Amino acid sequence: MDAYVGLIPGLPVLSFLTIVLFGRILSRRAVAIIAVGSVCLSAILTIVAGINFLSANPGGNAVTSTLYTWMSAGGFTAGITLSLDGLSLVFCFVITFVGALIHLYSIEFMQDDEGFSRFFAYMNLFVASMLVLVLAGNLLLLYLGWEGVGLCSYLLIGFWYKDPENSNAARKAFIVTRIGDTFMIIGLFLLFVSFGTLDINTLMQQATVQWPSGSPLAVISALLLLGGAVGKSAQLPLQTWLPDAMAGPSPVSALIHAATMVTAGVYLIARTHVLFSLAPAVQTLVAIIGAATLIIAGFSALNQHDLKRVLAYSTISQIGYMFLALGVGAWSAAIFHFMIHAFFKALLFLGAGSVILLLHEEHDMHKMGGLRKKLPLVFITFLIGGASLSALPLVTAGFYSKDQILWFSWSSDMGSKWLWLAGIAGALITSLYTFRMIFLTFFGKLKIEPKHKPGILMVIPLAVLAFLSLAGGFIELPENLGPVHLFSTLLNPLFPQVRLTGESLPEWLFQVISAIIALGGIWLAYSYYYKKRPFPALFNHHGLNNFFYKGWGFDRLYDLLVVRPVEWLSAINKDDVLDKIFTYIARSVEFFNGLLSRSQNGRLRLYALVLTAGLVILLTIMLTL
Amino acid sequence: MVTLSMEIQLLFAGMLFLIGLVGFLVRRNVIYMLLSIEIMLNSAGLAFVIAGSHWMQTDGQVMFIFILTVSAAEVSVGLSLILQMYHHFRTLDANALKKLHDKK
Repeated sequence: MDAYVGLIPGLPVLSFLTIVLFGRILSRRAVAIIAVGSVCLSAILTIVAGINFLSANPGGNAVTSTLYTWMSAGGFTAGITLSLDGLSLVFCFVITFVGALIHLYSIEFMQDDEGFSRFFAYMNLFVASMLVLVLAGNLLLLYLGWEGVGLCSYLLIGFWYKDPENSNAARKAFIVTRIGDTFMIIGLFLLFVSFGTLDINTLMQQATVQWPSGSPLAVISALLLLGGAVGKSAQLPLQTWLPDAMAGPSPVSALIHAATMVTAGVYLIARTHVLFSLAPAVQTLVAIIGAATLIIAGFSALNQHDLKRVLAYSTISQIGYMFLALGVGAWSAAIFHFMIHAFFKALLFLGAGSVILLLHEEHDMHKMGGLRKKLPLVFITFLIGGASLSALPLVTAGFYSKDQILWFSWSSDMGSKWLWLAGIAGALITSLYTFRMIFLTFFGKLKIEPKHKPGILMVIPLAVLAFLSLAGGFIELPENLGPVHLFSTLLNPLFPQVRLTGESLPEWLFQVISAIIALGGIWLAYSYYYKKRPFPALFNHHGLNNFFYKGWGFDRLYDLLVVRPVEWLSAINKDDVLDKIFTYIARSVEFFNGLLSRSQNGRLRLYALVLTAGLVILLTIMLTL
Repeated sequence: MVTLSMEIQLLFAGMLFLIGLVGFLVRRNVIYMLLSIEIMLNSAGLAFVIAGSHWMQTDGQVMFIFILTVSAAEVSVGLSLILQMYHHFRTLDANALKKLHDKK
């Protein structure tokens, strides 16, 4: 592998260091140029790397190179090893491209913020860590990137740290994901103890050789890794941090909490798919978690007032689809949906960010309205993103990626009709809440006059992402619509094929059903939120809506189950046992000090006497022994 | 010439040391205490010479010259300290010197 691949994460690191060290003396313009330029260069390098990889390496095997030996002790070596294959290429592409667009957008979004250079430093560090995560050739380096993105997420959620609510949200995100990370690091220890290496390729080969399918160790290690993935990707039961993470600036939500970081869990599972294949029970659990999450988050999204919180729940729900795909063994479908989701969700977040910024920081959708005429460009791009999210048939990319997942969730031998049913119900909810959001924000009466039109730096990323949200799907068409399989060709050498049950219904039937469902959701949203027809009594129940609004009460549950008991324990154990030990050490030292200081009384002759007595005693002992 | 046995010689040195030690412990006058220290030092030097003559080595006498030098230095420092002490406290009683202890 050529050395320039190291520059893909290297450039953002350099830019981060430059901004951190010289941020005070650089002008905003210089900071912006350095920060955006480095990510753009990384994006170009990714393209070069991709072309080289595909032309030099038609087999699709991973190319690895060790840049530097990080540590070497006993039988353990961990290097800064970068490994490039189809999977990391897709992730790199999304991270650098969507990252570059979001950086560009941030220049205008953050132009009046006093933390301008701090913001770009964090963003660069995030891009670098995320690239390290996806390029890492061993699990330790992956974990470094994993924690790096967690740190940046914390820093950026709490970016406006002067408001204690933002800092609390940041802490919550950090702590909740840390629970998952703890599982993950234990999993890494377990893998190391079992195989003596953390190199991913060796590990996966060894695992297939040494562990039979369903062996307890494989199940436990897959479970532990799943714990990490669930925390990072905000899946059930650790999903509570993501809606609060919206306290950060909108570009952060777009980049970290929609497009890239939260999909790290998907990446981890795809990367270690061999382990999950060895533990079919855990893999089924992945699918069930995904299906449950997508439904739960969908209902919550339906009841939010805050524009960004709708998108946050929607992100949780869409990652649920990815988990569903991973769980039924449709690895490349999950990665495909990740990429398309990154496009349209980044677009939606950036659009929402523009709306919120131009409406004087108004987050409540019910106070918006009529922006269709005032902000036509934002409206059109947002509509495209929304259409892609609700999987509008044939024209949008979201249709192709989601349809694949739904199809496999039925027809794969690990799938079932229940998983499919959850997926299709989620699809209905998705298009319902998406168009509820669009109708509330852009249609109806104008309630708040926007400050001005968005500038060119905001519009370009929106337009590019809108284009990708439409056209991105055409690189991978379903079997019955056309022979284009660019995406799965790239990933097929990495993943086993989806095993179909065979006695399944034809694929076109599913496409028709999901098309009807998507359109049905839009029609429902149209009639209830545009025509303002009264809701059916069942759905107008205040308590139920509040329950969904609060995210199914998970926060209260955890408050009751974890936070309160811990607070209670720490209250009754205020001077805990360990504290007492140290107090007594200090006290005994003080006591002996008092005792001995009394002997230092300045009586020279007493000293001499004691000295002599000691000598006599010692001599006696020596002579008698 | 009468040669005494090694035990008698060492016993003599030990008695000299004991005389010095007892003198050091019972005397209150610092000058006498200094004198007692000198006696102890000389007893140690004597023990070195005895050991040297026993093994026919010159090291014992070399050591005695060292001790002589050290004690000369010690006495000069000690006497000047005693002089200062007399200036300050107008007494040579060792029990009067109690200012160096912890005030508690």
